[in-house]
Amino acid sequence: MEFTEPALEYAEIWPLIVVFGVACLGILAEAFLPRGRRHVVQVALAAVGLLVALVGTVLVGTNLDEVADGEARGLIGGAGSVVVDGPTVFIWALVLVASLMGVALFAERRLEAGVSAFSGQAAALPGSDAERKAQGLDHTEVYPLLMFAVGGMLLFPASGDLLTMFVALEVLSLPLYLLTGLARRRRLLSQEAALKYFLLGAFSSGFFLYGMALVYGYAGSMDLGAIDAAVRNDAANSVMLQIGLGLLLVGLLFKVGAVPFQAWTPDVYQGAPTAVTAFMSAGTKIAAFGALLRLLYVGFGADRWTWQPVMWVVAILTMLVGVVLAVVQTDVKRMLAYSAVAHTGFLLTGVLGVQASGELAEGQVTSLQAVMFYLATYSFATIGAFAIVSLVRDSSGEATAFDRWAGLGKRSPLVAAAFAFFLLSMAGIPLTAGFVGKWAVFTVAMSAGAWPVVVVAIASSIFAVYFYVRHIRLMFFDVPEADAEVASVTAPSLLTSGTIAVGVLGTLVLGLVPGPLLQLAADAGQFIR
Amino acid sequence: MFLYTEGGHSIPVVDPVSAADAGGVFPLLWLVIALPLLGATILLLGGRRTDAWGHLLGTATAVGSFVLSTLLLIAMMGREEGDRSVTQHLWDWVSVGGYEIGMDLLVDPLSILFLMLITGVGSLIHVYSIGYMEHDPRRRRFFAYLNLFVAAMLMLVLAENYLGVFLGWEGVGLASYLLIGFWQHKPSAAAAAKKAFVINRVGDIGMSLAIAMFFVTFGSASFTVISANASGAGEGTMTAIGFLLLLGAAGKSAQVPLQAWLLDAMEGPTPVSALIHAATMVTAGVYLVVRSNFVFEAAPAAQTAVVVVATVTLLWGAVIGCAKDDIKKALAGSTMSQIGYMMLAAGLGVYGYAYAIFHLITHGFFKANMFLGAGSVMHGMNDDVDMRHYGALRKLMPVTFLTFAMGYLAIIGFPLFSGFWSKDKIIETALVESPVFGICALIGAGVTGFYMTRVMLMTFFGEKRWQDGVHPHESPSVMTFPLIVLAALSVLGGVLYLGGWIKDWLVPVVGKAPEHELPFPAIVFSLITVAVVAVGVAVAWLTVGKRPIPSTAPTDVSFVTRAARNDLYGDAINDTLVVEPGKALTRGLVSADRSLVDGLFTGGASLVQGLGQGLRRAQNGFVRSYALSILAGVVIVLAALLVVNL
Repeated sequence: MEFTEPALEYAEIWPLIVVFGVACLGILAEAFLPRGRRHVVQVALAAVGLLVALVGTVLVGTNLDEVADGEARGLIGGAGSVVVDGPTVFIWALVLVASLMGVALFAERRLEAGVSAFSGQAAALPGSDAERKAQGLDHTEVYPLLMFAVGGMLLFPASGDLLTMFVALEVLSLPLYLLTGLARRRRLLSQEAALKYFLLGAFSSGFFLYGMALVYGYAGSMDLGAIDAAVRNDAANSVMLQIGLGLLLVGLLFKVGAVPFQAWTPDVYQGAPTAVTAFMSAGTKIAAFGALLRLLYVGFGADRWTWQPVMWVVAILTMLVGVVLAVVQTDVKRMLAYSAVAHTGFLLTGVLGVQASGELAEGQVTSLQAVMFYLATYSFATIGAFAIVSLVRDSSGEATAFDRWAGLGKRSPLVAAAFAFFLLSMAGIPLTAGFVGKWAVFTVAMSAGAWPVVVVAIASSIFAVYFYVRHIRLMFFDVPEADAEVASVTAPSLLTSGTIAVGVLGTLVLGLVPGPLLQLAADAGQFIR
Repeated sequence: MFLYTEGGHSIPVVDPVSAADAGGVFPLLWLVIALPLLGATILLLGGRRTDAWGHLLGTATAVGSFVLSTLLLIAMMGREEGDRSVTQHLWDWVSVGGYEIGMDLLVDPLSILFLMLITGVGSLIHVYSIGYMEHDPRRRRFFAYLNLFVAAMLMLVLAENYLGVFLGWEGVGLASYLLIGFWQHKPSAAAAAKKAFVINRVGDIGMSLAIAMFFVTFGSASFTVISANASGAGEGTMTAIGFLLLLGAAGKSAQVPLQAWLLDAMEGPTPVSALIHAATMVTAGVYLVVRSNFVFEAAPAAQTAVVVVATVTLLWGAVIGCAKDDIKKALAGSTMSQIGYMMLAAGLGVYGYAYAIFHLITHGFFKANMFLGAGSVMHGMNDDVDMRHYGALRKLMPVTFLTFAMGYLAIIGFPLFSGFWSKDKIIETALVESPVFGICALIGAGVTGFYMTRVMLMTFFGEKRWQDGVHPHESPSVMTFPLIVLAALSVLGGVLYLGGWIKDWLVPVVGKAPEHELPFPAIVFSLITVAVVAVGVAVAWLTVGKRPIPSTAPTDVSFVTRAARNDLYGDAINDTLVVEPGKALTRGLVSADRSLVDGLFTGGASLVQGLGQGLRRAQNGFVRSYALSILAGVVIVLAALLVVNL
């Protein structure tokens, strides 16, 4: 058998290579640089690497060739394993922006009086002598870990076959498991969350893997295009295909935190260092929804009547459970986690929309564009909100219990106002980005005839307003009890405040003039099959 | 332009000219909203620095909007009848491919009337509040919220598409929430604000779904597009949209079954009750129905539903008004009932739209007048609201008494006062169009005569029943001036109907009805109405005026009185049907969450003893139950896939 060397399309996939390359460089730096210099070098490496990749993504995006009569742009590279098309580029840009904001939050050191939010030595208690001695024992490995996770997030939505998708899933997940367990304060909670996340992640990966095997058995190929062809040519509905598809869905629905696979979300969001929560709540969701869309639209697009009913139910349950449980939370991070679950439901509503532009009136948004736009609006709000959570502190670190937040609007009006703004955007109040995002996903689902889902979506988004506004009222109108300890805002460095400012700006601009970004999502076109 | 006619009457199409082409004062339209919005922004962001002059700025922006609105009205009167709709495009709100949603404003004969009412009555209430809130340390914030409300309400009536209406709709809801709960140190005020908020959410579901259906059916939310294509949509679709809009309108306008929040909303400062919960915001539902005439004309079933809801509400509110001892709640019941009249007229279609708006405006005058009068009384009575502690105030508060009396005569429909004209036309039209509802409206008028006379007698006549230490006095002139202006308007509001003016003025928006044939001359209807009202007044005189009034409410009363005192058990109905099942559901989900997620963690006593050992054990249970839930999920997903596709 003759071996043909696979030709790599370096011109298109180089942003991906940059990210992985910088991650490896980071490992080397960790090994060879003296401890004192590592922090600066690692932060610079990560930031520059992500910036270069972002610029690269934009360049790649402007130079994609049109295929399929202008319906889509781009190519299938890496011997079928990596697809660089319009949606890929759009999602890459989103992931990279979210990661840049994440790096800024990781690098914040002023909040903990000169040390980062990550534990130096797992055994040393925060503030103890042992830890003071270990000062500078910063886990600067977090930056290479972050870069590997980002690499996985870039590859995940770009995978052209199931094997690549699985590898990307693991590459993005493993660093996140580790990062979750590195909190300096509330270590037990953090380590417990990491272990849970890891065990359950491994569990769901197993389902994904088994699903791959079954689908391979059915289609005779891992390639999404080949699966699509097999599905199209086979009128009989194979049980093997259905079970395979179901198991693949389980793996992906776990990653996005859809009901009934959401159990890990609140614990992990609460336990992880807040910077990590901010980064992964946006990054993982963007990447996993990219992969979910590609799997369902490209691989199983011809078979949508098989998966649609199940996804209807999952979307409805996810929204309801997210909203109802968010109402009864008393911890900010847990509330935001359940709110993230609800947003997963709203995004799934968008996934159910009309996907082929041929079925739509000229110029209407497709569900792909609506979901990508929603991801952008949600990312700005969630990163900004978690960044603010990291500022609100009392004597024992971050104060996430509700009663500590009472009257925050009096003590720090600006920060409280920014948090209120993010909450309003998540609630989908007009003139914020969240409103336009919700409007987009609801309309596409409505056009596809998924009106029961839309009715539930509108009802739950309206009831969600309740717990968002309740928190705003808590900050601005409630007076803390006389002897209760309350949290105050610790002044951050430019890194965190800049991140929050970017979040506010993004949320505001996308709410007032969403047109350009929606147009950009529309220009991204369809997936390449 | 009238696109099509159905059953002999025409339904106009919204076809505005652009503000730039219209010239004159029209390009300044955006300023009407921007001024109060700017006021609210400065006052909220400026903080304590603006305390000294905040109330003056707030009043000035409202008056500025009023002046501008007046200029717009004059300019509009100078234009041809067909050219009176003017639109202004501010910016592209959402613009991608086929969807074009602009931040567009529309001023036409309908919205200009609202502009005058909102900015006019709004300005008067700003002036009044300078005096009323003088001793409140948070007066500046109060004016900021009032400005915010005025801006949002103007947005609601000026928007050219339903999305813009929704923006204003949510804005007034927010302002109303903030103002009902303004005295947040009172738990009752905070609870009332929450209640109003929650009930309004239910209405908002209807509103949002209606907008979604507009997008799906017409690909747009613009009045221009929808009214031009309304004939193309099926009656089923239009009926569904009509019902959804009615749900939205019922929430905002406190119509049965979403009426329960309005009585509690009286916890807010009295100027708020006058402006938001009497004159303007609560009438937004009527505006929505009249503005959506192109929907309701194509959906007779939805129109009938409007009429039924309106009739039930007008009786419901009137009965509640009869039994309340709290002067503001008695007036709130009356507001509910009067909005029922407006809704009734709006539900009668093209025959009634103009009268709905006419009554809305006169009601805005006389009800704001009476609420401010009630505020003036409370001001003199140490904020006591119980009418059983009033009595014999007419000598001590002559201005308040006389102005309140003008409002009283207007609302009961005393001949030649403003309410006489507007209510009379509604009852007449209802009697002709559907006698059953007409007779209910007539009975409502009699009950109105009863409860308003009762309020009047208990407050200003009879014996002194004042509490110790209360020294009633007339209010300062900054408060009586708005009262005098509003009293004058309550008397003279009827001039809007001089020569049928308001009917002709609204023709470009609501269409022209064929003259209906009256079985009797109009004067006979008026006489019947006046006679029924006179009976109500006489009954009140006999039962309230002639007997001594105990200073605590008697408890040995009939079932009807007890029911009316309890708001006809509106809260109990809500509790049994909605709140309790909802709570049970939440409790169920919470306990499921606790037992699955938190149970072993929080409940484990071993955790307290040895963290390590306990945590490990708890942790095991934890992940296992998570994994179990995932496994169950897998089974369900697979089973569902297989079942659906077999």
